[in-house]
Amino acid sequence: METKTLFDKIWDGHVVRSIKEGPDVLYIDRHYIHEVTSPQAFNGLRQRGIKVFRPEKTIATADHNIPTKDQHLTIKDELSRNQVEKLSQNCRENGIEYFGLNHSKNGIVHIIGPELGYTLPGMTIVCGDSHTSTHGAFGTIAFGIGTSEVEMVLATQCIMQPKPKKMRITVNGRLEKGVTSKDIILYIISRISAAGGTGYFVEFAGSAIQSLSMEARMTICNMSIEMGARGGLIAPDETTFEYLKILSVVHGVNDFNKALEGWKKLKSDDSAVFDMELVYEAADIKPMITYGTNPGMGMAIDAAIPVSDTAGKEASASYMKSLAYMGFKPDMKLIGHPVDYVFIGSCTNGRIEDFRAFAELIRGKKKADSITALIVPGSKRVEEQMKQEGLVKIYEEAGFEVRQPGCSSCLAMNEDKIPAGKYAVSTSNRNFEGRQGPGARTLLASPLTAAAAAVTGRITDPRTLLS
Amino acid sequence: MPKTKFDILETTCVPLPLENVDTDQIIPARFLSATSREGFGDNLFRDWRYLKSGEKNPDFVLNSPVYSGKVLVAGKNFGSGSSREHAVWAIYDYGFRAVVSSFFADIFKNNSLNNGLLPIVISEELLQKLQSQVKKDPSTKVRIDLEKQEFSVLPTGDTARFEINAYKKECLLKGLDDIDFLIAMKDQITDYENNKIMVK
Repeated sequence: METKTLFDKIWDGHVVRSIKEGPDVLYIDRHYIHEVTSPQAFNGLRQRGIKVFRPEKTIATADHNIPTKDQHLTIKDELSRNQVEKLSQNCRENGIEYFGLNHSKNGIVHIIGPELGYTLPGMTIVCGDSHTSTHGAFGTIAFGIGTSEVEMVLATQCIMQPKPKKMRITVNGRLEKGVTSKDIILYIISRISAAGGTGYFVEFAGSAIQSLSMEARMTICNMSIEMGARGGLIAPDETTFEYLKILSVVHGVNDFNKALEGWKKLKSDDSAVFDMELVYEAADIKPMITYGTNPGMGMAIDAAIPVSDTAGKEASASYMKSLAYMGFKPDMKLIGHPVDYVFIGSCTNGRIEDFRAFAELIRGKKKADSITALIVPGSKRVEEQMKQEGLVKIYEEAGFEVRQPGCSSCLAMNEDKIPAGKYAVSTSNRNFEGRQGPGARTLLASPLTAAAAAVTGRITDPRTLLS
Repeated sequence: MPKTKFDILETTCVPLPLENVDTDQIIPARFLSATSREGFGDNLFRDWRYLKSGEKNPDFVLNSPVYSGKVLVAGKNFGSGSSREHAVWAIYDYGFRAVVSSFFADIFKNNSLNNGLLPIVISEELLQKLQSQVKKDPSTKVRIDLEKQEFSVLPTGDTARFEINAYKKECLLKGLDDIDFLIAMKDQITDYENNKIMVK
């Protein structure tokens, strides 16, 4: 009998038609949309004179282009306001569920999908956002698409995709205290580069991955795009089922126990063959930090910046340009380097567990005077939970202000920009030039490392501050 | 969106020999607030193209009086990062019709093909040779023959075959659109829904 990977099983089960020497027509179970990458798709439908084919399978939120303060007021920026209003109007006209600003279910698209029970094992999920890979943590095929493809899904609930190759990344063993899932993924990307996964869909496996919570798994799958992979997924297990069991609603499932039986079968066959296999040891992973302008430029927090990007050869012009942008030099150590901004939030690390970790480290300490902090919950629910658990109090006592949900400084479409030349330790996913504002210098790290920088004003190994 | 047909293109090119050029560089997020597809070319490579003062950066290749043409010759891993199709719209709107590299990010490649912008993959060796040839002689012309899947550097005579799947090639040659194809399949999609779907 033919053996299959988990990815094959889900993909093959969603192929409506295979085109000879062409892509597969893939059926989409869940489609998430937001204000930035959807308006042109709705315009396309209008030009064709058609309506949304399966409106109940699309869920909308406003997240990318919204302020994180005074959300009860009208959005000041005219273009942003127009974009959010367009989304609201498009959803209304097409009967799409919309969790707009101030809605109790509003939040970053990849945070709310899982927490509201829309992301379920075995699904195909797409969104006009590259971090759609986040949902792979539930054993789904989830990936980012462009606006033309958003239009395809709205029009037909299908897209046309060439089937990617398959990679398995296994991480064995136990993580040291102070090392998080963010460090695992930054470590993997630093090993295989920001392009090392291009053309592949990755399954993450191994005891270190299995030991992680759903929140931590989402952080890993979220950043699979940062190694160029189409997406990442993790086979569902008891941790996944427990997460789903305690949700108040699981959308589209009438009989939970019956669905559960199906989900339990979602794993790669023992003898399934992958096009590439990589194996790492959790014990080799330390708290990580990036030093350059792509997520592959990462290192252990106490290491020195590599002399070159190609071992044994002279550094490339791109590498030197990147270090120059950051104001760093080869062989430099970053421990103790002053930091100006700290950002915790985003679809990578904007979940309750991330704010708990940050709180654990800052509890009883004070924000360093030199630091401006942006504390941005990933959703209204996370914000509410932070209040209920007393986290907001801990943040406030330490001198931090908690803002309202949104993508915020991760891509700096709103006013949450890092000024030119300033250093920001960010829990987000991209350290590209200007990503957090023109000229901003981003250092990607875990919530613990961000918290350590926030209370010391410098790049600090969080392990030295944990009791 | 109906596309113009792509057939044979003979043009000079613009070299951008940087690796890992992400879509945030191609079009920064702060220019994504528009709700139409037009006009993004003005902000293509915005933060490299303009100085902080707002003046044009004379050192950036798009501002060079020497280089012009409809083909952008990029470095490896071009178009990484965000899925924003605005990056492709910006490149197309500026006037490019093809991008040549040794390696494209997946989403960028799909987005390009969906907008009539041809992503052409050539070997790293030929890419390096082309970069230096264009630098040496900015009047260097390249020829793209989509039907034959051939990319040629005219003065040097270097010719390489590039890959594109047969379906997408047909779409580009005829100016066809995936959405029309899918809409024509609606009965088959409905059948699939009735028979196979796990979660409703």
